[in-house]
Amino acid sequence: MTTTTGTTTTTGAFGTARTRVEGREKVTGAARYSGDIPLPDLAHGWMVLSTVARGRVSAVESEPVLAMPGVLAVIHHENAPRVNLDYMGMIGKPDPIIGVFQHDRVPFMGWPVALVLAERPEQAREAAEALVVRYDQEPHDIGFTYGHPDMYTPPDSPFGAAVATKGDVEAELAASTFVVDSEYTTPEEHHNPMEPHAATAHWDGGRLEVFDSNQGSTMVAAELAQIFSLDAESVRVRSEHVGGGFGSKTTRPHQVAAAMAATLLHRPVRVVMTRRQMFSTIGYRSPTAQRVRLGADESGRLRVLDHRSECVTSTVHEFVERSATVGRVMYDADAHYTSDRVVRLDVPSPTFMRAPGEAPGSFALECAMDELAEKTGVDPIELRVRNEPDRGPVSGLPFSSRNLVACYEEGARRFGWADRDPRPGVRREGRWLLGTGMAAASFHSGAGPSTAAVTAEADGTFTVRINAADIGTGARTAINLIAADALAVDPERVRVVMADSDLGPAMLAGGSMGTRSWAWAVAIAVSELRERLALGGDIPPEGITARSDTTEAIGALASKERHSFGAQFAEVAVDVTSGEVRVRRMLGIFAAGRIVNPLTARNQFVGGMIWGISMALHEEAVRDRASGGLVSPDLAGYHFAANADVPVVEADWVDDPDPDDPVGIKGVGEVGIVGAAAAISNAVWHATGVRHRNLPIRPDRVLSAGTNVPEPGHAG
Amino acid sequence: MAPSTSSVITLTINGEKHTLPVDHRTTLLDALREQLDLTGTKKGCDQGQCGACTVLIDGRRAVSCLQLAVAAEGREVTTIEGVAEGDELHPVQQAFLDLDGYQCGYCTPGQICSALAVLEEHAAGWPSAATADVRPEAGPPPLSPDEIRERMSGNLCRCGAYVSIVQAVARAAEARTAGTEEALA
Repeated sequence: MTTTTGTTTTTGAFGTARTRVEGREKVTGAARYSGDIPLPDLAHGWMVLSTVARGRVSAVESEPVLAMPGVLAVIHHENAPRVNLDYMGMIGKPDPIIGVFQHDRVPFMGWPVALVLAERPEQAREAAEALVVRYDQEPHDIGFTYGHPDMYTPPDSPFGAAVATKGDVEAELAASTFVVDSEYTTPEEHHNPMEPHAATAHWDGGRLEVFDSNQGSTMVAAELAQIFSLDAESVRVRSEHVGGGFGSKTTRPHQVAAAMAATLLHRPVRVVMTRRQMFSTIGYRSPTAQRVRLGADESGRLRVLDHRSECVTSTVHEFVERSATVGRVMYDADAHYTSDRVVRLDVPSPTFMRAPGEAPGSFALECAMDELAEKTGVDPIELRVRNEPDRGPVSGLPFSSRNLVACYEEGARRFGWADRDPRPGVRREGRWLLGTGMAAASFHSGAGPSTAAVTAEADGTFTVRINAADIGTGARTAINLIAADALAVDPERVRVVMADSDLGPAMLAGGSMGTRSWAWAVAIAVSELRERLALGGDIPPEGITARSDTTEAIGALASKERHSFGAQFAEVAVDVTSGEVRVRRMLGIFAAGRIVNPLTARNQFVGGMIWGISMALHEEAVRDRASGGLVSPDLAGYHFAANADVPVVEADWVDDPDPDDPVGIKGVGEVGIVGAAAAISNAVWHATGVRHRNLPIRPDRVLSAGTNVPEPGHAG
Repeated sequence: MAPSTSSVITLTINGEKHTLPVDHRTTLLDALREQLDLTGTKKGCDQGQCGACTVLIDGRRAVSCLQLAVAAEGREVTTIEGVAEGDELHPVQQAFLDLDGYQCGYCTPGQICSALAVLEEHAAGWPSAATADVRPEAGPPPLSPDEIRERMSGNLCRCGAYVSIVQAVARAAEARTAGTEEALA
């Protein structure tokens, strides 16, 4: 049973705090994730990854391993069936890593070279660890630096133009009263959803069935059909419960390996990635090196916004961390230059990771704005307000809604910003220096085509069928509320069936677009259903079903700048003796359209902000130049925020109506991380008087940077 | 004769005895998940770093990925499936549900098992790194948010649901204290 935590209403379910539909299953352990599905005669696959960063596999010595107890097969490039990767998937061209065991080339450390299959997981694991793979090793280059000689400008993509310009940057810079010119870096970061990627594949009645942990089974089923040259109808993918994704749970080697093995063995096969394998096989966020130049007149009005970011991709797949795009939305300036460039190195392919582009990009831009505030003597919030655009600063398009100033005002009021002494380095509490900082946030709001079916059942209940994915966002509950609201019935009367590719195509849970996309399809189907029900008459035993497809409606949407916005505030304490930075409190105020479920939306915003704490202070994957691999690919070596790292974190929102929008929902999954690291970094400057432009702000960096604290007696 | 690499053992899980053959390499986590179909206990890292596989062994929390199944024979193991009383959720479970102390739910069984132990450890007067006064005569410190954060830090949550996890543990602690007082009254 679900319970309301707010006012109980039977109408207006939209906007009412409601606990998760699947909450009882999750707190009792009954929720089955994709590695939890029991199947008879299940075999276990264990991936073997390359131990060199570049070269060729010269031998896979399977024979001794095949003699080990329980071992069923070893699949590698010499015996694997051929697969097809020549297609465009929902999120673009496939990363070649999913074409497992197709050739002998090794493009990076951690490339899948074999799959060992055994009756039991212990047997598979021991055999995988015993398998000798020989390589002809070649020299590798993993060293990412700003201005790497092989850096190039990538082609434009649906995710953004590589370069956007307006006006004359150099002339405006020369005419500026104040100029900020700073370089920032962010490290390689990894998603690390708590549930490792897992797929259980088997053939059933001529169909390939996969229980899989993913962010969209429409996407995965369509790609598996392409990869194995099957009819689309011959593949079914289900993902009832998914233990986090953050951009990493798309089509990945585990599904392909499991399906390939199930086909070869004629029995069900499960492939679960180990935590360490996830550091090279599921994508990650590229490190970035960014240069921001801001030029302003004496009042702080921007004449120039120049943001150039560089990132890395692999030699086999192009993914660009589009960090420079955020400025195209945020601030007006007479001249704009924003560019994202990339270099191909012998490293794993990066991919989408929570707020791709905006997360690292906002760190650089929002720190630079704080530096400009310092130079001009204008309050950081006032400076941003003075540079609010009326229209898209580069596109010239109108905003669908932009209530960022309201976020600043509400945030400033609740955080106590008005009382802030802007001088850095003047607040001390024992060995702690204290400071506060703020930053702005935005994340684009989009939608992807989706289909839905809503059935009025003969017993008075309703069934919604849509291939949505709940990766922890609360999507199942949100869809329940959206449907109940549109049907004007109690949510208890609505059942949501989802996470099954047989339900028909739908958008994936990604880009903060899931709930907006699915709500749209559900709303249209409900509207149609209500029209039919209004005709009266009995409901037949099979019910009355209305269906929708939003493809046309999305295509007809007016061209506008559509984004969520937010204002982030942080208070930090910096221990001058150890270099430790503690976040003491955070507040985020967001303008993110209509909020479907305040309980789960708040959790999402706060979760994003906690990612910001991790990004600012903890997360950093260190790549070893000698081996080309990561130094510490596990959860001890790669630290993200634990409970004790997280203080009081509050999130709330302002009204953000958009009467012209057919849905009114924007995304809440990603905007929470945007600007959060900058707010913390700006607070560290306010505490210590020293700018930290390289993430994470580690104790050693704080100690070696020192402080710029006024001498006692001169602090006034 | 080659030494035996497997044994038949009897495990007591949630008060129920299970006799099963196990490979000596099998962890308690894998025995639960793969052989007893108790999949509520989750594998997040398989090397003792994330806490997703936390269970109670003789009432104390332990990461089941670092316990060999053969070593758990003769001990009382409680998994997430054994926490509720039939259909009635334990107050810790109810608090996680009501306060949204999770998102994806994958770390949740471990968080809940850990929280159960936190309440017992605290009641028994165990200090933590967040405890200001650790002298035995000081008695149990108040279970403040900082105490809960510290004591729950062996359980990672990548979704970042820590704020509501702390609230849920605090609410369960209040319920426990109220229950104890009621019993004493």
